[in-house]
Amino acid sequence: MSAIRIYVPGDAAAVACGADDIAKTIRDLAAQRRIDVQIVRNGSRGMHWLEPMLEVTTPEGRIAYGPVEAGDVESVFDAMLGNGQALGGEHKLRVGKPEDHPFMKKQTRLTFARCGIVDPRSLEDYCAHGGYRGLNKALAKPANIVNEVTQSGLRGRGGAGFPTGIKWKTVADTKADQKYIVCNADEGDSGTFADRMIMEGDPFVLIEGMTIAGIAVGATKGYIYIRSEYPHAIDVMNDAISAARRGGVLGAKVCGSDYVFDLEVRVGAGAYVCGEETALLDSLEGKRGQVRAKPPLPAHKGLFGKPTVINNVLSLATVPIIMDKGAEFYKNFGMGRSRGTMPIQLAGNLNYGGLFETAFGITLGELVDDIGGGCFTGRPVKAVQVGGPLGAYFPRALFDTPFDYEAFAAKDGLIGHGGIVVFDDSVDMAKQARFAMEFCAIESCGKCTPCRIGSTRGVETVDRIMKGIERTKNLEVLTDLCNTMKFGSLCALGGFTPYPVMSALTHFPEDFGGAPRLEAAE
Amino acid sequence: MKTTPGWDANLAAEIIGRHKDTEGPLLPILHSLQHAFGYIPEPAEPMVAEALNISRAEVHGVVTFYHDYRHAPAGRHVLKLCQAEACQACGSDALAARAEEKLGVKLGETSADGRVTLEPVYCLGLCSVSPSAMIDGRIVGRLDANKLDALLAETSR
Ligand SMILES: Cc1cc2nc3c(=O)[nH]c(=O)nc-3n(C[C@H](O)[C@H](O)[C@H](O)COP(=O)(O)O)c2cc1C
Ligand code: SF4
Ligand code: FES
Repeated sequence: MSAIRIYVPGDAAAVACGADDIAKTIRDLAAQRRIDVQIVRNGSRGMHWLEPMLEVTTPEGRIAYGPVEAGDVESVFDAMLGNGQALGGEHKLRVGKPEDHPFMKKQTRLTFARCGIVDPRSLEDYCAHGGYRGLNKALAKPANIVNEVTQSGLRGRGGAGFPTGIKWKTVADTKADQKYIVCNADEGDSGTFADRMIMEGDPFVLIEGMTIAGIAVGATKGYIYIRSEYPHAIDVMNDAISAARRGGVLGAKVCGSDYVFDLEVRVGAGAYVCGEETALLDSLEGKRGQVRAKPPLPAHKGLFGKPTVINNVLSLATVPIIMDKGAEFYKNFGMGRSRGTMPIQLAGNLNYGGLFETAFGITLGELVDDIGGGCFTGRPVKAVQVGGPLGAYFPRALFDTPFDYEAFAAKDGLIGHGGIVVFDDSVDMAKQARFAMEFCAIESCGKCTPCRIGSTRGVETVDRIMKGIERTKNLEVLTDLCNTMKFGSLCALGGFTPYPVMSALTHFPEDFGGAPRLEAAE
Repeated sequence: MKTTPGWDANLAAEIIGRHKDTEGPLLPILHSLQHAFGYIPEPAEPMVAEALNISRAEVHGVVTFYHDYRHAPAGRHVLKLCQAEACQACGSDALAARAEEKLGVKLGETSADGRVTLEPVYCLGLCSVSPSAMIDGRIVGRLDANKLDALLAETSR
C-alpha cells in the first residue's frame, strides 16, 4: 500500500500560524500509530482565514480541515485517517473539498492554477499539472512569443500596468552581446503577498515564465530580486532553481533545445524604493538603490547597461498559461483595457482574507463585502486602501468602482499590485495620512527635494492639523505640498504619496476637522 | 572609540573572496558579512572597497543606504513588529506600544542589557493574518496581546 498523503502548507502565512509545528506533530503521530504517511509542504490555496489548512488525499479527492491549531492536530489526524485508511471523516474543522468552497468556486485561477495543489519543490509534480506546456509551445515558434504576449493584453502586475509584450519587443529589437531578464520580487506594498505565495507555492511557473522571456528577447541570464523579508520564498526559489537545472529545463540546453538560460536569486536589503525598477537595477549592481532618470529605458540600457526586461513576479508567472492556452483565451477575461485576471489580495480587517484571482471588472464592494465578508471586528467598514502605501483610500461611496486600471485612475486611485487593505470605523484617517507621509520620508531614496523634504514637512503639517493648530491654513499647506510632490518627483514614491493623503482628506474631512486635540500630543 | 566585537579579518577576507567574482557582488558580500558578524564591522569596509576596486565612501554609502545593514551588533534577540497598513488595521499600534512599555525601549532601540532589539518592519507579506511579527527570524501571524507577551517572555531567555 502506498503512503497516505497529507498536505501541510509551507506558505509563510500558514507557517506564521503554526504549520511547521503541526507538520512535526503529524510526523510523530504517524510514527506512533505506524501509519505510512507522506507529508507534502504545499503552497496555500489562498483561504488564509482557514490556515493552517491541512488536506488528506482520499479516493474521493482531497479533503481539507482548518484552521488547525496545535490542540486540534491529533483529532484532525484521526478524522483524516480512520483506522489507517485515508478517510477524510467528520470533524468540526472539516472544510470538505477545497475546490468546492464558495471562495474558490467564485474565482478564475489562471496565474494561480496550481498554487496550493502541487508540491512546490517537485518539478515532476509541476509537469504533471500542465507545467512546461507553455514553454514547449514557445519553443515550437520562438519568433511568435512576443506577439502572443502582446496580443494577450497582459499588463504589468507590479503597479504601472505597462503592456508586457511591448516592453519585451523593445528588448528583442535592441542588439547587444548580453541581455537580462530581471524579476521584481521586491513586493514591498503593504497588503500584498501574491508574489510571495506564487514563489512559495508554485515556483516553477515563475522559472518557466522567465525562461520564455529569455527565449523571446535573446537573454541568457535572469535574476530574481527577492526582498529579505521573504526568507521562505528565497528558500523555495533556490531549491526550485536547482531542481530545474537538474531536470534540464534551465541551463545550457533548455528542454533539450539550443537555448541557454540560467537564473539566480538575489536578496534585497530592506529598502522599499528598490521595488522601483531602476533603483532595483542599481541595487543589483551593488549600488545605493537610487532611482535613475529615464531615458534611457531599462529595455535599452538596464542591468550593467545591457538591454533588460524587468517585470513583476505575477507578470512573468502569467506568461506560461498565455503561451499554453493562447492569447485569445487569456484576453477573453477582463474588461476594457484590463485583460485577463488579477490575483487580488484581501488583507487587513476582514473575515475572509486571502488570495482571490478573478477577471478584471469585479467591483470593490463585491470584493470587500461579499468575498471578504466585512470586518472581523464586526464593525462597519470605513475605508479601504487599494494598491499599497501609494494607493488611495476609498470610502463606501466608491464601492461600485470596478477593479480595472482605468476605472481606478478615474477615481484618483490605482490598483497597483492588487492589494486591498480594509479598515473598520475605528480608523483615524488623519493618522493614516500622516503615516503615508512618514513612510515616504523613511523610504525616500533622497534624490528629489519634494519627496525627501516634502514628506517630512507633510508629517509635521498633519501633526499640526491633528492638534487643531491653524487648521485651515495647514490644510492648504498640506494640499500645496501634495501638489509639489505629485509634479516634482522623479518616481512614484514621492509622486503618488499624495494619493493616500489627498484621498483621506477628500473622503474623510471630518477626521481632519475635529475638536482640537492638544492633549493627544506626544 | 567604536568597538568591533567579534571582528575577524581572515573570515572577512574569505567572505569577500567567495563573492568577489560574481556579477554585482557588493550586496551579497554585505549580506554574508552581516550573517557572519551580526553587523557590518567598519574595518570590513576598506577591505571590500579594495577587493571591488571602488572607493571606501561608495561602500559606506551602500551600507548606510539599506535598512537591513547594522552598524553595531543587535541585541541577543531581535523582535520586529510590522507597522504597515494591513497590520495597523488590526491593531499593530497598540501592540507596539505594549512591547515598548514592557521592554522599556522604543521601536528601533536595543535594551541597555543587550538582551533585545525592538524594530519596526514594513510588511512581512502576512497581511491576511495580521498583525504580524518576526522574532529571531521566525514569523508569527495573528498577533494579539497574549501572543506578544509570550514573545516578550522569549526575549528574556
Ligand atoms: C516606490 C516604488 C516601489 C515599487 N515596488 C515594486 C515592487 O515591489 N514590485 C514590483 O513588481 N514593482 C514595483 N514597482 C513598479 C516597478 O517600478 C515597475 O513598474 C515594475 O517592476 C515593472 O514590471 P511590470 O511591468 O511587470 O509590472 C515600484 C515602483 C515604485 C515607484
Ligand atoms: S520621488 Fe523620492 S524615491 Fe523617487 S526618486 Fe525622488 S527622492 Fe527618490
Ligand atoms: S502589513 Fe503587516 S504583514 Fe503586511
